[in-house]
Amino acid sequence: MNGEHLLDVRDLGVSFATEDGVVRAVDNVSFTLDADEVLAIVGESGSGKSVTTMTLLGLTRGVNARFEGTATFRDTELISAGDEQIRRVRGNEIAMIFQDPMTALDPVYRVGDQIVEQIRAHRSDMSKAQALDRTVELMEQVGIPRARDRVRAYPHEFSGGMRQRVMIAMALSCDPSILIADEPTTALDVTIQAQILQRIKDLRESGGMAVIMVTHDLGVVADVADRIAVMYGGRIVEQGTLDEIFYDPQHPYTWGLLGSITRVDRPRPRRLPSIPGLPPSLLAPPEGCHFRPRCPFEFDKCPQLPALEQRIQTPGHRDRCWLTPDEKKQLRDVGEGRIGLAVDGTVTA
Amino acid sequence: MGRFIVRRLVGMVFVLFAISVLTFAIFNVIPNGDPALRLAGRSQNPQVVETVRHQWGFDKPVYVQYAKTMGKVFDGSLISYTTQTNVLKEIRHDITRTFALAIGAAIMWMVFAMGLGLFTALRAGRFSDRFLTVLALVGISMPVFWLGALLSYYLGFKANIFPNGGYVPLDQNPAQWAYHLILPWFALSVLFIGVYSRLLRSNILDTINEDFVRTARAKGLSERRVLVRHVLRNSLIPVISLWGLDFAAIIGGGAIVTESVFDIGGVGSYAADSIQALDVPPVMALTMFIAFFVVFFNAVVDIMYAWLDPRIRLQ
Repeated sequence: MNGEHLLDVRDLGVSFATEDGVVRAVDNVSFTLDADEVLAIVGESGSGKSVTTMTLLGLTRGVNARFEGTATFRDTELISAGDEQIRRVRGNEIAMIFQDPMTALDPVYRVGDQIVEQIRAHRSDMSKAQALDRTVELMEQVGIPRARDRVRAYPHEFSGGMRQRVMIAMALSCDPSILIADEPTTALDVTIQAQILQRIKDLRESGGMAVIMVTHDLGVVADVADRIAVMYGGRIVEQGTLDEIFYDPQHPYTWGLLGSITRVDRPRPRRLPSIPGLPPSLLAPPEGCHFRPRCPFEFDKCPQLPALEQRIQTPGHRDRCWLTPDEKKQLRDVGEGRIGLAVDGTVTA
Repeated sequence: MGRFIVRRLVGMVFVLFAISVLTFAIFNVIPNGDPALRLAGRSQNPQVVETVRHQWGFDKPVYVQYAKTMGKVFDGSLISYTTQTNVLKEIRHDITRTFALAIGAAIMWMVFAMGLGLFTALRAGRFSDRFLTVLALVGISMPVFWLGALLSYYLGFKANIFPNGGYVPLDQNPAQWAYHLILPWFALSVLFIGVYSRLLRSNILDTINEDFVRTARAKGLSERRVLVRHVLRNSLIPVISLWGLDFAAIIGGGAIVTESVFDIGGVGSYAADSIQALDVPPVMALTMFIAFFVVFFNAVVDIMYAWLDPRIRLQ
């Protein structure tokens, strides 16, 4: 119940009971999303970004899952919503596109029928013929040529890029308020990636739809995002606008992320820098800051967990790091683009 | 599709030809006694035997005998050497019984297996799943002759809930027909229910983690629709092919034991009797007939496969 944000996620926590113990996949995640906004959730594999978004739609529910916190979409609290309530939100108000278009469509049904199925799940007043017309329209809209014929094709008759277009058409079929795109371009060729991203951008501009883009590709982020949440080890470690994160990053992990992409505006390093070490095991995460074991700037305060809060002048730009803004500025000037990489190009830790 | 069917039909002709030659050859090579002697009856007068031999064509070369026999298979005039009755008439009489048993059992085991498979898959690891797993293994391990005899004795003879064997034609009394067949259907199904429900359970557990099932849920479909239209449909593909083959195998003799335990008198018992008597004409006709069904259901399975899984193209 809030007039301010379209989606308000507060203190979201997701744990899974596994044979080896309890995995805390998402810990204390809070963010908001406004209409017309693109929020990018960035992080490595296993940082909890997909689990966060799937939890919003109740797709992680199961006997072994435990949830905390709230996610309020308009008047609906999604985490505690009943099965029927969440079913009405899925695909209708919040739609999702998944990472691998090759496996995301049911191989035994025609693509058109799969879109029709979704439309009719939410618009029971629509006849099959009407839903099919709408499907053709949607497929044309996402750039599938000869859509009238292609609705009768099966997924295996489509390329990866075309299948992802089908997924997008499906996601848009009920005019959702929020589109969650979980690494929508990871499995695609670079040229197709650009086309798909352009498509999502166009649709957002014309459709008045908010987008949550889950990705580890900072190039994609720079292309589409308004705001960014950087996740590490199940937590958001830094949050801010695109410019704030790209030009004034506060958390050493963000520096590392930014440092490990190739940039045309910087001299080319001999080796592409990477952050040494591995993401933490969420079965037995390090005490305090999860990035601590890989952080070159760790000091005695780090075993205590820093809160995600505003530490510099810019409102809305929040991070989880104990370093003072001045220290950060100083260290970053040395470290940015070079975390894990000494000036001469040799790897350090 | 049309080309596929034509190709399958041509293939079927070759298979049936090969099988008939093989069967005929086997019965000509194994020591089976002179059929002329049998047909001549008690009188062992060499002249009579010689006449019979000539009349029935046993003095002709083997390939002529083969051609004659096959001709009789197709024009329906094939006569048994031992009982001297018309073979095809016998088969026609028995086959309805075998079909009634097989079709009912096949439907029964598929329905039960789908229910149990889905139920146990959704409860994987819980007590009900483990209990039904044990039950399925018990079902797989119970021989039909034993289970059939128990059912027939306790539910039929002792408790008198079901008839004690026998068969009532469908066109005579449909209710009695079904009533008489319930126990045989069940006895024949138990093994298959066990096997199929286990197979389906593992297929469902594989399918339920597929990305497209997650997509189906994210679309906002009801859980029931997700399970039936997306999970079950995809899990059934490999099971359906097995179903067709098992059905053909049952028609082709897999139901012999059930037929005799419940005194149904199907084609299985006829085949068993004929082989025991080394009676070539019924054996030939039955072999052809069984082979036909096996090949036919193979083709049906392939067509169903293409229908169930569009990634498979029939050419």
